[in-house]
Amino acid sequence: MGSGTSTQHHFAFQNAERAFKAAALIQRWYRRYMARLEMRRRCTWSIFQSIEYAGEQDQVKLHGFFSYLMDHFTPSSHNERDFLSRIFTEERFAQDSKMEKCSDYESIEVPDSYRGPRLSFPLLPDHATALVEAFRLKQQLHARYVLNLLYETKKHLVQLPNINRVSTCYSEEITVCGDLHGQLDDLIFIFYKNGLPSPERSYVFNGDFVDRGKDSVEILMILFAFMLVYPKEFHLNRGNHEDHMVNLRYGFTKEVMNKYKIHGKEILRTLKDVFCWLPLATLIDEKVLILHGGVSDITDLELLDKIERCKIVSIMRCNTRQKSEKMEEQRKANQKSSAQGPIPWFLPQSRSLPSSPHRLGPYQAHKSSRSSSIPCGGSLDGRELSQQVRSSVELELERCRQQAGLLVTEEKEEPSCSASETDSDTEELQKPTQEEWRQVVDILWSDPMAQEGCKANTIRGGGCYFGPDVTEQLLQKYNLQFLIRSHECKPEGYEFCHNRKVLTIFSASNYYEVGSNRGAYVKLGPALTPHIVQYQANKATHTLTMRQRISRVEESALRALREKLFAHSSDLLIEFKKRDVDKVGLITLSDWAAAVESVLHLGLPWRMLRSQLVNSSADNMLEYQSWLKNLAKEQLSRENIQSSLLETLYRNRSNLETIFRIIDSDHSGFISLDEFRQTWKLFSSHMNIDVTDDCICDLARSIDFNKDGHIDINEFLEAFRLVEKSCPEGYASECPQATNAEDSGCSSPGAR
Amino acid sequence: MADEKDREEIVVAEFHKKIKEAFEVFDHESTNTVDVREIGTIIRSLGCCPSEGELHDLIAEIEEEEPTGYIRFEKFLPVMTEILLERRYRPIPEDVLLRAFEVLDTAKRGFLTKDELIKYMSEEGEPFSQEEMEEMLSAAIDPESNSVNYKDYISMMVTDEN
Repeated sequence: MGSGTSTQHHFAFQNAERAFKAAALIQRWYRRYMARLEMRRRCTWSIFQSIEYAGEQDQVKLHGFFSYLMDHFTPSSHNERDFLSRIFTEERFAQDSKMEKCSDYESIEVPDSYRGPRLSFPLLPDHATALVEAFRLKQQLHARYVLNLLYETKKHLVQLPNINRVSTCYSEEITVCGDLHGQLDDLIFIFYKNGLPSPERSYVFNGDFVDRGKDSVEILMILFAFMLVYPKEFHLNRGNHEDHMVNLRYGFTKEVMNKYKIHGKEILRTLKDVFCWLPLATLIDEKVLILHGGVSDITDLELLDKIERCKIVSIMRCNTRQKSEKMEEQRKANQKSSAQGPIPWFLPQSRSLPSSPHRLGPYQAHKSSRSSSIPCGGSLDGRELSQQVRSSVELELERCRQQAGLLVTEEKEEPSCSASETDSDTEELQKPTQEEWRQVVDILWSDPMAQEGCKANTIRGGGCYFGPDVTEQLLQKYNLQFLIRSHECKPEGYEFCHNRKVLTIFSASNYYEVGSNRGAYVKLGPALTPHIVQYQANKATHTLTMRQRISRVEESALRALREKLFAHSSDLLIEFKKRDVDKVGLITLSDWAAAVESVLHLGLPWRMLRSQLVNSSADNMLEYQSWLKNLAKEQLSRENIQSSLLETLYRNRSNLETIFRIIDSDHSGFISLDEFRQTWKLFSSHMNIDVTDDCICDLARSIDFNKDGHIDINEFLEAFRLVEKSCPEGYASECPQATNAEDSGCSSPGAR
Repeated sequence: MADEKDREEIVVAEFHKKIKEAFEVFDHESTNTVDVREIGTIIRSLGCCPSEGELHDLIAEIEEEEPTGYIRFEKFLPVMTEILLERRYRPIPEDVLLRAFEVLDTAKRGFLTKDELIKYMSEEGEPFSQEEMEEMLSAAIDPESNSVNYKDYISMMVTDEN
């Protein structure tokens, strides 16, 4: 009978054991689930980051191409000269008499119906606060006030040194914010959570206020207003996106022209001036150095203090003094191979992307040494090679000339010097020296790396990668405690590296996609110890579980990746065929991964991503032709366009859009068919894109919807659904459906 | 004989590539090392489902003589390859998982209350950390009933994975 209790015990023990085991099983399963989720999150991040940096590389290459043309092309007619020089004449704008009359805003009338904020100068704190409130309510500041504010901003900036020196004894604390990239919600959140700027509350904004997000204008207005109101407590550093050439590609130019249809051009012109007068760095208590990108092994703060920073208008078009001299030599002498120099990237021989053979991810591939120069801005020494290049360029241009009918027809009243002839002495002095230019580019474009040393930043195309030794060297040389920089998106909004001597702070939350990352800002207390505050300025994400958040972001990344794959269909097919030795139309999944990497060079973990990009086929073999077809089906929007052409356009759509905007130097929104064809021809031949002339002509003609010989930029992009798919609400209405671009002012009420 | 050897070599080569990829996702700075705390994630993402205890044993195997907090790829690769070849730590089939929940659901209601879930997950087996617990609750618990219908929960998680 004792068995009764002992059986009970026995069962109890068994039950307990079973419960224990069951729990352990569930936990084991759950932990695996979470691990896979984490892996997906990281892969997604890799996708976004590698695509982003590849885009930046593209941008630099594009401008390198135009710069090269600029230096080496001898125009044979005024038309040609005009065409090319118009692309590069932005500096001439400064001499434009129109620019002198900055105070033109006074003539702009503000209608009574305008309900937005009205500014008067000198600005009062209330004005600045009112601006924040107005923008939160989605109002738009009238162009007159925009220009007025910009004018006053420039007047203020001119007085500031290159390196702002700030002391903490006046304000209790200093808050440093990183990239905002047009994300107004984040800025408003920061002010809400941390408090508005005041004499007791100092702020430093570390560059990249504009581009990508949809409210860059509003952010600038707020930042400039507070700077004018609290000049001693509110500080701005220049970022690499405070650069009108970069803005052409990354959306700020587009935003301004969309929001300010009449005065947009003027605003952009004025902004160009304002940007180049932004200070380069801020130094707190002589101990903490804040700058946008990073440093290099040649960073010299004393030199940086002295240069005329306004001379560096844009990284993309460095017309340095030395370079002009070299051009002179080249023009006069015959090509002699004297100095050493790398092959310009756009020559057929060197067409492959720079650097790493196996991993060209954003985190990796710091393989090229410093000596391999980045074409943009570097001087191209005379070589035998350039002789060949020159003649091949000329041959191309000859063809284009004939095609475009650009023979000498009319003489214009122009200064007789061509773009590549010597400028006057005063203009010479306007230009920065090579070294000055390098110093600034390093500050704005560099990224830290784990390894020691200093290498060219080939991923971005500007600046360098700097190691912990470079940081240490700099900190010791100038007796500093640590560096604060931005420039790179981080999942947590911040990241320490180099033994906590470098802090990256990034303030644009949900940068790649809703839920992709947090934003952060850092407060420096009395001992200058950093205190980080994180946030995510989107209520929607709070209600989602981690799983759902990751899924959303992942979907977005995969979509972008599939687009990229489609854009390289032809190359992919070639690679697949190479591996299909028996010509059966099948390759292994392992081959698929290798092929894709060899074409895209994104350094992504393809095997991990495979299940989401490829529907598994039998036996682990892939029918690659039908896979490519499926990709195309997703992307193609018009059947009558030759698919290879579309694919080419897709691959180059950012470049295309940028080319458009460069050619359209007066921001009218139109370029002529000829201009388009000529430029595209030059560009594509040097990128070894094989497109027949007929195709181009057909294409150009078919997108000229109203047959007036002009192409409207937005119409062109829309026609191929190349306008950003994830149009923010405001832009969705701005994405024009109107055929007459003149009033494609889709005036939608919730226009932001 | 030779054919089989070839096939095995191909399989091993493919495993090597997979392992390298997974490792590199966590090796941001190309140092061929990863933080030891990430090893569990890497191993699990390669298709394995070890318990915490098994994981600890594994780590002990691949750690340095004097633990540095980092795992080197050279040590990780052969061990992980073995695991994959032997198909160790296989994932848990859906029906087994369901039965585990049913064991905990002594009253056979088809669901577990929030408190019950917390009790089992934080006190039994290899207990969850607070973070893990919170994360599971956020996705599993239906706020209205304050319980988890485990059959639905499993289906949701499984479809999500695929």
